[in-house]
Amino acid sequence: MDETKYGFWFPPDVSVHGRQIDSLINIVHWFMLLLFVGWGAFFVYCLIKYRARPGHTASYLPPKAQFTKVIEVGVIVIEVLLLFGFSTPVWFRYKNHPPTEKDALVVKLVAEQFAWNFQYAGKDGKFGKTAEANISADNPVGLDAEDPDGKDDIITVNQFHVPVNKPVIVQISSKDVIHSFNIPVLRVKQDAVPGARIPIWFQATQAGHFELGCAQLCGLGHYRMRADVLIDTPEDYAKWLAESAPPPAEQPTSAAPENPQSAPQK
Amino acid sequence: MSVHAVHPADAAIPHTVEPHPVTGIPNPKFGIWLFLASEVMLFGALFSSYVLIRTQAPHWPPEGGLSSEILNVPLATLNTAVLITSSITMVLAWASCKMGRIDRFRLWMGCTIGLAFVFLIIKYFEYTDKFHHGHFPAFNNFYAVYFTLTGLHGLHVIGGIIVNTFLLTIGTRLWKTDPEQFTNRVENAGLYWHFVDLVWIFLFPSLYLL
Amino acid sequence: MSASTTHGHAAAAHAHDAGHGHHELPFWRKYIFSVDHKVIGVQYAVSALVFLFFGFCLMMLLRWQLAYPGQPLPVIGKLLSESTMPGGVMAPEFYNQLGAMHGTIMVFMGIVPLAVGGFGNYVVPLQIGAPDMAFPRLNMASYWAFLPGGILMLLGFVAPGGAAQSGWTSYPPLSDIATTGQTIWLLAMVLLITSSLLGSINFIVTIVQLRAKGLTFFRMPFFVHAQFVTSFLLLLAFPPLEAASVMQLMDRLAGTSFFLPSGLVISGEQLHVAGGGSPLLWQHLFWFLAHPEVYVLILPAMGIIAEVIANNTRKPLWGYRLLVYSAIFLGFMSFVVWAHHMFMTGMGTTMSTFFQTTTMIISIPSVVILTCFIMSLYGGAIRFTVPMLFATAFLPMFAIGGLTGLPLGLTASDIYLHDTFYVIGHFHYVVAPGTIFALFAGIYYWYPKVTGKQMNQTLGKIHFWVSFICINGIFMPMFWQGMAGLSRRLYDPTIYAHGRAVQSLNVLISWSAWGLAIAQLPFIWNFFSSLRRPKAAENPWQATTLEWAAPSPPPHGNFVTPPVVYRDPYEYSVPGKAKDFSPQFAAGEA
Repeated sequence: MDETKYGFWFPPDVSVHGRQIDSLINIVHWFMLLLFVGWGAFFVYCLIKYRARPGHTASYLPPKAQFTKVIEVGVIVIEVLLLFGFSTPVWFRYKNHPPTEKDALVVKLVAEQFAWNFQYAGKDGKFGKTAEANISADNPVGLDAEDPDGKDDIITVNQFHVPVNKPVIVQISSKDVIHSFNIPVLRVKQDAVPGARIPIWFQATQAGHFELGCAQLCGLGHYRMRADVLIDTPEDYAKWLAESAPPPAEQPTSAAPENPQSAPQK
Repeated sequence: MSVHAVHPADAAIPHTVEPHPVTGIPNPKFGIWLFLASEVMLFGALFSSYVLIRTQAPHWPPEGGLSSEILNVPLATLNTAVLITSSITMVLAWASCKMGRIDRFRLWMGCTIGLAFVFLIIKYFEYTDKFHHGHFPAFNNFYAVYFTLTGLHGLHVIGGIIVNTFLLTIGTRLWKTDPEQFTNRVENAGLYWHFVDLVWIFLFPSLYLL
Repeated sequence: MSASTTHGHAAAAHAHDAGHGHHELPFWRKYIFSVDHKVIGVQYAVSALVFLFFGFCLMMLLRWQLAYPGQPLPVIGKLLSESTMPGGVMAPEFYNQLGAMHGTIMVFMGIVPLAVGGFGNYVVPLQIGAPDMAFPRLNMASYWAFLPGGILMLLGFVAPGGAAQSGWTSYPPLSDIATTGQTIWLLAMVLLITSSLLGSINFIVTIVQLRAKGLTFFRMPFFVHAQFVTSFLLLLAFPPLEAASVMQLMDRLAGTSFFLPSGLVISGEQLHVAGGGSPLLWQHLFWFLAHPEVYVLILPAMGIIAEVIANNTRKPLWGYRLLVYSAIFLGFMSFVVWAHHMFMTGMGTTMSTFFQTTTMIISIPSVVILTCFIMSLYGGAIRFTVPMLFATAFLPMFAIGGLTGLPLGLTASDIYLHDTFYVIGHFHYVVAPGTIFALFAGIYYWYPKVTGKQMNQTLGKIHFWVSFICINGIFMPMFWQGMAGLSRRLYDPTIYAHGRAVQSLNVLISWSAWGLAIAQLPFIWNFFSSLRRPKAAENPWQATTLEWAAPSPPPHGNFVTPPVVYRDPYEYSVPGKAKDFSPQFAAGEA
């Protein structure tokens, strides 16, 4: 991971929708700076010009200040612009136009104290069923061993592989307390609320090794609830998929000879 | 300015008994209305939570059936009548004070307190019946809502009993020195008591009937 | 007392009761269980300052871990227990306790009791010309619900498992399954909320019913308007949190599932509860209070600033009516913005649009109020007394705090900035160099009223300048940390690459925090030592409002004769008058 990319301002933006968010933040800050400098200049002017000194008295009558009304109206106009011209469209586009599931890689995420468990559908493109009762140390998402769809599912802990330039949908849930799925470089953040499954999506524009952190206090291990985010080139992604795929299913119990293991498990 | 004996703590606080010329009410009456506004927010929050929990649930009651099958509607109907009657006796208690009849006040206030106890006793039977069948608040959200809402209401009934009993006993001393202030106190206690009654009138249909 | 004692006679007897009353109260009734609003005000203020100091110490401890993660704390580290700081190194659980309790204590036991319980109680009856609050005994009850509540809250630290550690926000399911300290937090909150409710009733009735003759609504000082709106916020916004606390107590103690959905697995074990609850229900109820709560934190401060600015510019406030209407509008709007704290919970576009819109709308009255204050400087003759230094600094500091709320209130930018240090910088700017500076201004301004003495102005200036520099050193860098993506509430931010990139700022912030502590020493010394200074003038600031009509300090019953109000509250530099101020209470030519 290249630490030199991080500094005192935005981390790199490797997401399709990141630019809009960064632009909005920048525009709002220019507006804030304008207001602050404007107010501040007038403020400092008053402090100097109207300081008490011999021979200077205050004037009882208020100044006729038309320009304050202008400023008020200006502030309102700009806020309306920011709200309906920038924030709402960005948010609406993001929320109301997610990629369809068939165009995207869908990953299921179950957050827990204090790890991120990812479930990939595997070659068959179907997710195996999960249930709380099946959850154990080796089975963090509670994959149902009997479900044939789940035989090729890939489960990773704190390792989030995604292909670059392809939409990814993450179905976020939690098995215990509220966590928050936060990948700064992708400009995504979504609370993982237990009892809910909340989808978010993104599309990465650049390969690399980044980080996922928890952004909602979840207990004493909240600070170390970190995962590696590996945005892979198509080749690297395919390689990872092949290496991580579980071995083909063994015959259940009894007589038939077992199939030889074809690939080492990751 | 009329003659009012004053407790040292109330000394020289205007409008403790005389109404304010603009609002038309004395301070304690204003105060009790504000308190009731906050109580509306308290029970409102609980009712809103009930609505949210109930609408999010796949079915209600979670165990199946109807609320009216789980909870005892006849007993609760009786309780509703008990509380409404106690509100009437509360008004009669206040009216007795206004008419200068302290003996009548004692009668009607006694009835009010008695009816409040009847309410609580009936609730006691309802609760213990549930507990007998292992239905505690933790059993499911239906019981959690039921016990929490009626429980908090019950605490308010107990609060009312304490205030009314005070007025019936130690508080009556004020009648001798300042009957107008005493009457106002009874009126304010009445406002509170009507509110407690009103909450039940909302609780009964929304928990038992719907 | 016999019925023949006339009301008027009793009133006169009490009014002349400056020390030799016909009922000389024993010590414990005069100073401990007092019903006098001034004694209660001082009790609130002193208790709040002690709690503020304690909450500040918690933060200073926490800042060590942030500046030097994993390093043992010299000297103090060894004094703390093995469970909180094993080997002098902070444990993550303890860090979380410090965070949760710092927030809780500063908000509920520090600022509100000082601003409302302290300043409100002491000053409001005086500024409206009343002999006391409408319900003196209720006032006493409010204080004596507050203090045990505060002490109980602190006792959380000695509970098994430590104090509450789920944030001051106490989100379930984490708070539902947390250690005993959380139950103590909930019970303490019930006491603190009760105290606030009783107090707010008192304020509203007092302000409406007990104003002196001639004091119409639009002649009240802005400080009273601010306290009036604040009281409505406390009255109506706190009960939902009380309801939520009852439900969380039920979850924790009675095993209910108000906030627990079905199917939870905690540390590998299925949680055997009925389920069917909603964690988001808590958030809605909590923020329904907590958003108006932040206006409770700022409105009394704005009230103090108004008084100090008018007095030290020697001219009437600019836009007095605008200020009053804005405060009322602000109070009203504060009830409909709460879910902007919940934008990342999976909210749909309709709800988020509604709350973004109301949030943008609520920024308008704040902008108006700030503009009125700045315009009030124009054409003045500004005296840079110590209260005025704090009041002057308040303006740009509050501006920074308010402006940085904008990117947080817009959902799209909030995606990135939510739960980062940007948020911490934003709200601290409003509350710390905002409200707390206003409270300092108020202390320096009204100290002569309460004690009859003036504080040392040189020490005050040192206090101001060092505090101003340090406080900016603490909170300004946080915006950069937030922009870099650093999340809040992290025991060790260096776990993340983007955290390591801004770690140097943590060192700067922590040393500024410790510097801020040092800066308070001249203030604390000044506060106590000034009690022994010679008596000051009765109206040393030459102010116009009614509290200066009473002696300093005022006796029980406040005014020697009931005051009458003749004019608006800020009649400074009236043309043709001999003095540059015309008090509200002075008849004819001032």
